[in-house]
Amino acid sequence: MGRLFAILAALLVLASPAATQTGPVLPLYPQVRPGRVLTFPADHGAHPEFRTEWWYVTGWLKTEGGQDLGFQVTFFRSRPSVDQANPSAFAAKQILFAHAALSDPKLGKLLHDQRMARAGFGLAEAAVGDANLIIDDWTMRRAADGRFLTKVGGKAFTLDLAFRPTQPPLAQGEGGYSRKGPQPSQASHYYSLPQMVVSGTVTRGGKAVRVTGSAWLDREWSSTLLDPKAVGWDWVGLNLDDGGALMAFQVRDAAGKALWAGGSLRGKDGAVTRFTPDMVRFGAERLWRSPRTGGRYPVERSLSVRLPQGERRWMLKPLFDDQELDSRTAGGPIYWEGAVTTQGGRGYLELTGYVSPMKL
Amino acid sequence: MAADRPRALAARWMILGEWRAHPMRAVTAAVAIAVGVALGLAVHLVNASALNEFSQAVSTVNGDAELQVRGVSPAGFDEALYPTLARLPGVAATSPVVELEAGAKGADGPVTLIGLDVLRAAHVTPSLLGRPSGADAAHGPTSEAAFDDNAVLLSRAALDALQVKPGDRLDLTAAGRTVPLAVAGTLPGVAEGQQIAVMDIAAAQWRFGQIGKLQRIDLRLEQGADAGRVRAAIARVLPADAQLVSRESEARRSDALSRAYRVNLDMLALMALLTGGFLVYSAQSLAVARRRAQFALLRVLGVRRRALLGQVLAEGAVVGLAGGVAGLGLGLALASGVLALLGGDLGGGYFGGVEPELVFAPGAALVFLVLGLLTAMGGSLIPAREAARAQPAVALKNVGDSVDPRVAPRIWPSLLLLAVGAAAAFAPAVGGIPLFGYGAMALLLAGGVAAMPWIARTMLTPLQRVRVAGAAVDLAFKRLWGAPSQAAVALCGIVASTSLMVAMAVMVSSFRGSVDDWLGQVLADDLYVRAEASGGGFDPATQAALARTPGVARMVFQTSTSLRLSPDQPPLAVLIRPFDARRMPMIDSATPPAGATPVWVSEPAAWLYGWKPGQSITLPISGQAAPFFVAGVWRDYSNQHGAVSLDSADYTRLTGDAFRAGAAVELAPGAKPETVIAALRARMPPGLSVDFAEPKTLRAFALRLFDRSFAVTYGLEAIAILVGLAGVAATISAQTLARTKEFGMLRHLGVTRSQIVAMLATEGAVLGAVGVLAGIGLGLVMSQVLIHVVNPQSFHWTMETQLPWTLLASVAAALVAAAAGTALLAGRRALSADAVRAVREDW
Repeated sequence: MGRLFAILAALLVLASPAATQTGPVLPLYPQVRPGRVLTFPADHGAHPEFRTEWWYVTGWLKTEGGQDLGFQVTFFRSRPSVDQANPSAFAAKQILFAHAALSDPKLGKLLHDQRMARAGFGLAEAAVGDANLIIDDWTMRRAADGRFLTKVGGKAFTLDLAFRPTQPPLAQGEGGYSRKGPQPSQASHYYSLPQMVVSGTVTRGGKAVRVTGSAWLDREWSSTLLDPKAVGWDWVGLNLDDGGALMAFQVRDAAGKALWAGGSLRGKDGAVTRFTPDMVRFGAERLWRSPRTGGRYPVERSLSVRLPQGERRWMLKPLFDDQELDSRTAGGPIYWEGAVTTQGGRGYLELTGYVSPMKL
Repeated sequence: MAADRPRALAARWMILGEWRAHPMRAVTAAVAIAVGVALGLAVHLVNASALNEFSQAVSTVNGDAELQVRGVSPAGFDEALYPTLARLPGVAATSPVVELEAGAKGADGPVTLIGLDVLRAAHVTPSLLGRPSGADAAHGPTSEAAFDDNAVLLSRAALDALQVKPGDRLDLTAAGRTVPLAVAGTLPGVAEGQQIAVMDIAAAQWRFGQIGKLQRIDLRLEQGADAGRVRAAIARVLPADAQLVSRESEARRSDALSRAYRVNLDMLALMALLTGGFLVYSAQSLAVARRRAQFALLRVLGVRRRALLGQVLAEGAVVGLAGGVAGLGLGLALASGVLALLGGDLGGGYFGGVEPELVFAPGAALVFLVLGLLTAMGGSLIPAREAARAQPAVALKNVGDSVDPRVAPRIWPSLLLLAVGAAAAFAPAVGGIPLFGYGAMALLLAGGVAAMPWIARTMLTPLQRVRVAGAAVDLAFKRLWGAPSQAAVALCGIVASTSLMVAMAVMVSSFRGSVDDWLGQVLADDLYVRAEASGGGFDPATQAALARTPGVARMVFQTSTSLRLSPDQPPLAVLIRPFDARRMPMIDSATPPAGATPVWVSEPAAWLYGWKPGQSITLPISGQAAPFFVAGVWRDYSNQHGAVSLDSADYTRLTGDAFRAGAAVELAPGAKPETVIAALRARMPPGLSVDFAEPKTLRAFALRLFDRSFAVTYGLEAIAILVGLAGVAATISAQTLARTKEFGMLRHLGVTRSQIVAMLATEGAVLGAVGVLAGIGLGLVMSQVLIHVVNPQSFHWTMETQLPWTLLASVAAALVAAAAGTALLAGRRALSADAVRAVREDW
């Protein structure tokens, strides 16, 4: 799903090439086209020729004490438009960055940390062929047994988690070709791994706590995502209690109207319903105003989907209100990324472009 | 106790009475102390403020990194070290850096070009992050401008120096390449006055030919990490061409850069204080001499010796304290005035471009106050002992000189002082500072002054036997012989100030003369060419083409780089040129064995690193430590922190670097420099900025630099001389005024007024001549300590003694004239009183 472009935005704008006299060799970004077949494990690995890519895990954890926590672990890859002829090992041909956040209702706000580095020297790498990402001391990789393992964190907290897939990958859009806007080129390659079983430890204040839970992995790569009129997007991914998986998104314009929308519902039987833009409608039930940034987020929402068997409505309630993440110090955007519950399921909601428009 | 109170009262009354009667004498002494304290404090504060500012500037360039790994030479080291360091346990963050000296056409001074990975620097040296201008500003410090390989961010000072503003284009030259760049923003975190340009590390490596190379890696340690262990771990993985430096070692390095110079200036400033001490001595001696009968009376009345001693010392202490406190205020004002007017550089060139804030140092102020006090009390000690020791019965009767002129003064105490001083001169430096050398100077001075009564006696005795026609001259000789202690007191001031002045003057003239000779030897060619440092210089093809220019008989290409051998020491200069013994003022040499690579080391380098001819040393010239044979030591005044000279062919073989930044040209007979310059210019590669200079210009420039760096020295010395002259004048006039009764008696005996005036002038002139002769002798001895001990130990270079005859002669004449003139003027005043009243005048 089109998430967190804003973080990329800074990097991509950066890449807007100032014409040089020597004539830079700028990267040629492949277009996302329908008909490409997802192959595994290769598509778990990086697609460095594309402009942006991410490995985005969100989920719910339960501690041994029975406490609910939300978490987010994201690795991004970006291919800035820098001169490809630069032989320097430092040439910023690939930039990697990662965010991790922990939602603890007792704390009432997010704990978060990040890493960012240009790829190279084995210190920051995104491997091709299978998932294997490293940025200094942060890692995410797929083990031989098929589990995804990640270690992230910093002073405030560390997450050491394993995600075991229980279902086959869910190709979003048309076999993994997911439209994001009115133009066919505004699209990404997109698949999800919902209903992953989580085990591991969360360490805070030097104290490690064993956790279990369920998670959702989103994998997307693209070269062109947003329509120029877009200012932000809303996304939700829900692991349903019956084993089903629901994903929905909308791309908004400045007036708050949906420029594009989409999503899918995979039932417990494995049957997938793909949403066309006219099927999805997000409603705002309650606004929360951030005391730090002044951003007004619809943290409590309704999601209506006109399914063939009739319209269904999910009410999304946040684990707590203040799950806003300000990543400006790392060159990223301000957005809301929070654990939510719904009737018969739990997941994550992402709200971007509510403080300032996301630009690409 | 009851008896003490009236005694204390009497003492106070006597002090106040003395000062009320002769206020100017106490004031002059206090002023002398004040000037000494003020100069010492001002020089110290200016230097300390400049050093402080300088270290801050260094730490801004380094961006507050806790630890750094630096290349030992500007060529840097292999970038493979970066991931190795980043993975070391205990290292929290690393930031790889390309650092080059850059320039641009028309720029005001070089700019430090820093190639930075902003994503890494953000965690290590955030002060080096820029602020992009224009539309990208909203995206924060890690925005696009940082990755754009055309973008450069400039500090305020760099914008000024390069005369550009954000949005402008800029052709920046570094490492021999000129690259067109866009000024994309500013560096608000960089301290004022620092000329820094920041661009992306990959762009810097590529555009400026540094692929695979880094000049430094900035490090941040994990909180709570064992710094010692992490350092040791880092040291284990470092290649020979990189070294670990910390903020402390950088501070030590910037301190080492100028320490000897600063201590030297401090010592010079203290000379004024020392002269002030002699002034206190002469003032107190006179006061004691005149009150001898008073003191004797007190002794008879039961006052103990100890109390008398205490009283005279207390007088000195009050003078010292008053002078010292006044001196502190004066010094503070002087320091802030100097900083405001001249900046922090006192002429040594160490702190050029630094605009420091005055940093007040209470500790230093206290030290100078105590020094002032001790000097004043030291000056009072001898008169106080004399007052206490006098036999009351004799003193009561005899109002004249307490010393019997027939008894020869003792010489052995002064010989002892001189001997100890001479011995101290042979002691080595302490921590790079010639402490014993300065001690030797002080002891020699003390010994010389202590020898004055004996010397005066020895020099005046023949005069006493000389039959002269005029009564006035005869009287003058008799008087000088008959009142030896008064003569000695007056002589002390003259000898002290003359000897210090002569020592300094001889040292400076020897230094200047040696530099001049040296310049003549090293600048033996007809024409010098220098390509801008950042321009990379001439490649071998250009060198060959230039050497074939018509009118050029011989063209020798040379270049220089630097090498850090120790994290605590300023870098060593490495001069690369074809070896030519004629162009090197060799002091010592050895023949290298076959197969060895020779290196010639400069005198300061030999001193600093303990190198001797014939020794084998290792230098990390080519990235690895390579063995070299020390084939000689040469005299060099241009690199205080040492230089080594390598043969051009050896350097190219070791490093593969055949670029040369400069050349010395020998013209063909009859060729005109202007024509050859024009022809050479025509053959220069485009874009290379080149300067031409003729040896006479370079020589004049070097000597101008020399004089500028000694300007403050001259100034301080002039003040010391003035204080000394004032002392001589005050002493002589006081002595003369005290002789009113004697003049009245002479007038009654029929001596004419003009005869008395002639007598006084002769006395003054003879006294001055004796003092100046002794002072010059002592000064010559002390100058040898400066030349052979203090200078080599401070600056690690030697020089040949060269005497400034004209200066010595004119100063001697001026001092004799001043002594005679003062005596004459004071005598006129004393004689203006009525002769009859004068005889009656009694205490």
